[in-house]
Amino acid sequence: MSGSDLILYEEEFRKIEEELQKLYLQTNAKVVFLIDKNGQPIASAGETRNLDTTSLASLTAGNIAATGGIARLLGEKEFTILFHEGEKDNIHISLVGQRVILVVIFDRRSSLGLVRLRVRKSTESLVRIFNDITSKSERERVEGRLDESPFAEISDEDIDNLFR
Amino acid sequence: MSFINYSSREINCKIVYYGPGLCGKTTNLQFVYKKMNPDQKGKLISLATETERTLFFDFLPLALGDIRGFKVRFHLYTVPGQVFYAASRKLILRGVDGVVFVADSQIERMEANMESLDDLRINLAEQGYDLDKLPCSIQYNKRDLSSIAPVESMNKLLNPKHIPHFEAVAVTGPGVFETLKNVARQVLIEMKKHY
Repeated sequence: MSGSDLILYEEEFRKIEEELQKLYLQTNAKVVFLIDKNGQPIASAGETRNLDTTSLASLTAGNIAATGGIARLLGEKEFTILFHEGEKDNIHISLVGQRVILVVIFDRRSSLGLVRLRVRKSTESLVRIFNDITSKSERERVEGRLDESPFAEISDEDIDNLFR
Repeated sequence: MSFINYSSREINCKIVYYGPGLCGKTTNLQFVYKKMNPDQKGKLISLATETERTLFFDFLPLALGDIRGFKVRFHLYTVPGQVFYAASRKLILRGVDGVVFVADSQIERMEANMESLDDLRINLAEQGYDLDKLPCSIQYNKRDLSSIAPVESMNKLLNPKHIPHFEAVAVTGPGVFETLKNVARQVLIEMKKHY
């Protein structure tokens, strides 16, 4: 397992949620969510109840990965923004600090220009938060936070129970 | 790359099913999907061609249960097995925590198995992973067919490091959960070493 595992603590998670909530309100979007590049949903704001965010996250990450593959074939480092326009809903996908993916789903109550503008601002804040997360994880790793680790005393029985 | 969320108390891991074309990777996921309780599984997503060949990946999220108050989720992915989808295969391996190598037991597919295993090793290395250090199980699938190689000779060809291997018939289920459980166990034990 590589050292790039993502570990989120309460404080940073709250900051991320606040930032997404802000973006959601400012863009008049339907849903805003953040996923990691490997397809794990991290946080969201807006009406997600009728949305399969797990599948959406995995497909979006696949989309970004495929686009990244195309970019490299063309000699580009990455295409940082993807935009899909539908009849009613549109989806704006952008990379945040090469690490996570910010997704905004919006309809005609908003506009692409507004979404792009606000996403750019939010991206700056989110990059800062994720830099903090990375340095905090490193610190925790060095200092050890084993007392709270869910794995500290994991037993064979615990693992067996998962499949019952 | 696992994702541990202390706020929502969740652990998320990624397992990738790898192997040559038509070895039964998608069938493994379909069987897991069929047998899991509805409250433990999400949608099974297949990005496939009209002839049901995997084009990009299949995806199945599983919520298995709790360990010490943390919800454990496994995201299962398959890669497209066909040789010419090499570029897509590499992408799916990003952030992988554990691999299931599904080998086709039919004698005439041994070369394809070996080729795919080499391809796995190379693609993992490109992402900075070492197959010998990554949690991995190997599944000898299609044991119900007639022209199959004996397990000993498959082990000799494909499994010189003696990683855990399982005989399976993914279509009807034998061996499917044994393989998944084994790799899940290895992933969690590996995480235990780090956290």
